[in-house]
Amino acid sequence: MSVLLEARHISHRFGRTLALDDVSLTLRRHEILAIVGESGSGKTTLLNMLSGRLTPQSGDILYYDGHAATSLRVRGERAVRTLQRARWGYVAQDPRAALRLDISAGGNIGARLMASGARNYDDIRAMAARWLEAVEIDVDRLDDWPRTFSGGMLQRLQIAATLVTDPELVFMDEPTGGLDVSVQARILDLIRSLVRRLGLAVVIVTHDIGVARLLADRLIVMRRGCIVEHGLTDQVLDDPQHPYTQLLVASVLPV
Amino acid sequence: MQGYNFAYLDETTKRMIRRAILKAVAIPGHQVPFASREMPLPYGWGTGGIQLTASLIGADDVLKVIDQGADDTTNAISIRSFFARTAGVRTTTHTDAATLIQTRHRIPEIPLRDDQIIVYQVPMPEPLYRLEPSRAVSRRMHAMADYGPMHVKLYEDITRFGRVAVSYDHPVVVNRRYLMSPSPIPAFDNPKLHRMPALQLFGAGREKRIYAVPPHTDVVSLDFEDRPFNPIRAPHRCALCGAEHSYLDEMVIDDRGGRMFACSDTDYCASYQAREA
Repeated sequence: MSVLLEARHISHRFGRTLALDDVSLTLRRHEILAIVGESGSGKTTLLNMLSGRLTPQSGDILYYDGHAATSLRVRGERAVRTLQRARWGYVAQDPRAALRLDISAGGNIGARLMASGARNYDDIRAMAARWLEAVEIDVDRLDDWPRTFSGGMLQRLQIAATLVTDPELVFMDEPTGGLDVSVQARILDLIRSLVRRLGLAVVIVTHDIGVARLLADRLIVMRRGCIVEHGLTDQVLDDPQHPYTQLLVASVLPV
Repeated sequence: MQGYNFAYLDETTKRMIRRAILKAVAIPGHQVPFASREMPLPYGWGTGGIQLTASLIGADDVLKVIDQGADDTTNAISIRSFFARTAGVRTTTHTDAATLIQTRHRIPEIPLRDDQIIVYQVPMPEPLYRLEPSRAVSRRMHAMADYGPMHVKLYEDITRFGRVAVSYDHPVVVNRRYLMSPSPIPAFDNPKLHRMPALQLFGAGREKRIYAVPPHTDVVSLDFEDRPFNPIRAPHRCALCGAEHSYLDEMVIDDRGGRMFACSDTDYCASYQAREA
């Protein structure tokens, strides 16, 4: 499988804190990569850099567009924004921060279409309805405000609003954080089936080993801004080599 | 008038404003910041427009001032007499006799010519103002031509009300690039902005912004392909002159629900009456 996204020797400081210390990784097409680690290990910072929301102080992010690999820095802000509006997606932990609560569900789903130039009202509406169905929300709710939705529905709405432009790469930051367990299971199920069906490449940040086990092909374990271990998910979780990964796997509560 | 410079503003200030105008004309629809001065009237009464007019007006100009289409309202009369006193220029109420027109809320019904300049008074120059609270972010959106959210608003209006619910200040795209507020003119007037032969200048005094539409520039009102821009006009004739295609004001004339529709452009109405008589 060909490479889609590559990080080369990324380092970044916030004041005196070294948030990322010489991190390199590659993501292939149709691959799901999980980044796990404790709070403050730099996984969200890394995700923000990969998705072009933050520019690393040193190192490069390369996106393989067709045949050529071009760094985000060289592409420039405008090109990166265009990518972010359509071919990439970002699912935030808190859907309330990502969605516009004063705009109907249909408007929220249509927003990315309109941002990438869709100008036909009926088409946008039909597409929004289709995606509402795809994330198992009743189409009757198309014109309802998100503030009347439950937490799980909001997260599903955010997923619909992200996938509507048919992206090839989606970044997810703790997409099931803050939801109760049964809702989490449903969201994970939905993400898993959509991702497989659409052939998406996904970078997912989580501190939940279970989420990584369920979704990811490959796993990266981060600690204090460094990648301490990486490999196939099952391999890393069943036979952790680094002491920190061993600790992480051992601290999962048995059911 | 003793103790004042010609047209009230000092020459250095006029030069600063003219520079901003040149820049605004060079980048159609782009908001150019300028050092707006205190004027002898409150913000919201046309301080931006007056500063533009003061830096453009010459001794042989003929000035017309419109407020909501009318030449005889307080704001129009006071601004007109302000320039009559401070610049000694001739003033007129006739659109075709004027070389410089300062306006609030309307564009004259009679098409403007390429030897005329129209100055709009603008309360809020930022079209993204209600969508994006941060001015820094909206400037970035302008820089990136990231105008999706404006269409989301139109989508939302159509979904909720069946049509775009703004009847004035309907956002436009200038020269296929910048999203611009046409100032609070009725949507009915938006088509007149498109390829107008006269130079159009917009001044916002409180917000300290100047922007411009050069002559013959494309100005397109935002809409959807299948929901085209469709400005409304009261379906009546003017009760005074009988005009059928002018923009009408609705006036309540008694306590029993009586209403009258009359041209909002008083000069147009008067000349129409004269012609019909």
